[in-house]
Amino acid sequence: METNHTSPRYGMVIDVDRCTGCGNCMVACAVENNVPPADPKATERTGTTWMRVSKLENGLPFPENRSVYLPVSCQQCDHHTPCVSVCPQNAVEYDTESGIVAQIPVRCFGCRYCVTACPYHARYYNWWDPVWPEGMEKTLNPDVSTRMRGVVEKCNFCHGRLQAARAKAAAEGRRTIADAEYVPACGESCPTHAIHFGNLSDPNSDVSMLSKDKRAFRLLEELGTEPKVYFLSEQDWVHAIVKNKISTELKGHGNG
Amino acid sequence: MDKQLISRGTSRTPLPRFMLWILPWVAMLGIGLYAIFLCLSKGLNQTNMDNRFSFGLWIYLDLTVIALGAGAFFTGFLLYILKRKELKAVINSAVTIGFICYSGAVAVLAVDVGQPLRAWFTFWHPNVHSMLAEVTFCITCYLIVLIIEYIPVVLKNRRIKNVPSMLVFEFELHKLMVVLAAVGTFLSFFHQGSLGGLYGVLVGRPFAFRPALGIWPTTFFLFIISAAAVGPSFILLTTWLTSKISRKQLVKPEVLQDLGKISGSILIFYIILKTVDTIFWINSVHALGFSPAGFFRIQEFGTWILFLEIVVLGLVPAILLLSNRVRQNTTLLVLSATLACAGIVLNRYVMTIQTLALPTLPFDQFLSYSPSWQEVATFLAVIAYGMLVYSFSFRYLTLFPQEREIQSV
Repeated sequence: METNHTSPRYGMVIDVDRCTGCGNCMVACAVENNVPPADPKATERTGTTWMRVSKLENGLPFPENRSVYLPVSCQQCDHHTPCVSVCPQNAVEYDTESGIVAQIPVRCFGCRYCVTACPYHARYYNWWDPVWPEGMEKTLNPDVSTRMRGVVEKCNFCHGRLQAARAKAAAEGRRTIADAEYVPACGESCPTHAIHFGNLSDPNSDVSMLSKDKRAFRLLEELGTEPKVYFLSEQDWVHAIVKNKISTELKGHGNG
Repeated sequence: MDKQLISRGTSRTPLPRFMLWILPWVAMLGIGLYAIFLCLSKGLNQTNMDNRFSFGLWIYLDLTVIALGAGAFFTGFLLYILKRKELKAVINSAVTIGFICYSGAVAVLAVDVGQPLRAWFTFWHPNVHSMLAEVTFCITCYLIVLIIEYIPVVLKNRRIKNVPSMLVFEFELHKLMVVLAAVGTFLSFFHQGSLGGLYGVLVGRPFAFRPALGIWPTTFFLFIISAAAVGPSFILLTTWLTSKISRKQLVKPEVLQDLGKISGSILIFYIILKTVDTIFWINSVHALGFSPAGFFRIQEFGTWILFLEIVVLGLVPAILLLSNRVRQNTTLLVLSATLACAGIVLNRYVMTIQTLALPTLPFDQFLSYSPSWQEVATFLAVIAYGMLVYSFSFRYLTLFPQEREIQSV
């Protein structure tokens, strides 16, 4: 199906009931986007994982215990985007042509104000120089720039793939691209088809319809930032956890 | 040579004793410079900051020293614009402290950013909606103003004054002081405010987020007023401390009392506004579906911290400083000024560290942070740098014009 809307708003719907927590999306994302192997001294809090799979548990004892995996990347906020307005030198931009919140590492001077502003912890600062073991540099994706130490990076819905799809369409004389022509690496690699991707502005698109499903929810919706990443779950306890606010009720919900 | 540099009519400790005094500060500065070298050459992996605690000790330090250094602009404003002539006794010291605080803060910022050589990008393609762009513009401009204000203090040195061209230059610069005081006040209002706005605009951090009054969040105004309130208290404290260490009376007691009164009057106004703001914040986060008490129920950040900030380190020193009897007792006056300064040190801590420590996602864990030795050493280097600049300034420049008058009596 050809996308007819002049300004698509790309979005993602992740079915957490389907996610097995295999981490394939994390690996595919890192390979696609030239995320270097972590420094030996890197920790969970200093490493770079544009896509991070968190484990949620219902906190009940066996046999009532249940768990789901929640892949969290940049939520691509559509309104009052917390990171865009704070960057002092326009290194974060909202692309009106795609709805993608893009990071421009070559403009970034590493103040980390955007990292502080993001409530989803989806932004990653390069604490070390990127180093690829000898020979591994041959696996680098030529469509994506590598980043240097001291700058911030994050998920951009594999913007390099969008550019490539647009270039291909232009070469073939088309002004628009079909939904199937542009899918981020995480969505493409998910073995259980838990990650759906497409144009939210197109009412007939898969993601558009799924986002309106009664199982759908978004993270921190009450902040009014209109994230373009939706999650699906039939389990009430999952909805109960994500609707929880900062409170003493944190016990029992691990972060894997 | 040393004696010829010391101002006429004043006496200073013998040179060997002075050298002994500065030695530990030089050592502290040396260790700090090594830590800075490590951070610049190896990167910020030398710190304990991470992707959750993306701001740490340094940003907290910057916010604090800039608030305490506000005495420079506010004393200048009171002296040159509102013509409070009695403050002439401390203006040179206030300018020196302002210069130290701002230059120290800018130096730490240069280490804190990942790519300091790209700092000029903010001037080249600034995001005019960013509070940090506003902070960068105003602090850079104000540091230049402070340098120009500090130069005449240096030029008044006994030896430099002997050079006729320098004397003329100093005289010409002095004529600019009213303009510089006005420009400094304008710039200071904006950057003190935008430092508050830095947190107030964080829509993703409901603990810090505040509704806008006009285009600025309420923290913008609270930071300006709180800095104006404690600036004079900090000048009072440093003057008293210098007097104790040098064992000399540097200003007449009324000057310290005046500073205390000014500080108390603004502090009480600030505390009223801060209380109103807190009540509004409670209602606004409640409207978002959060439990306001929930923010204070996590780990060690209990409601006691709010009580300590507003009452013990806010209302109490404000009332004390407004009392004539308290002001006439130097010990109580100094104690009240210390409490007032501690209140703002705590406020900046809450805004920076508590804001970052609190979880934002419903399934987040509370995470703590403690600075690395490199961060602490860099912090101490700024303290050492300040002590050195102030010590040399006190020895060779006229920081307190009343000193000679008092000593001759």
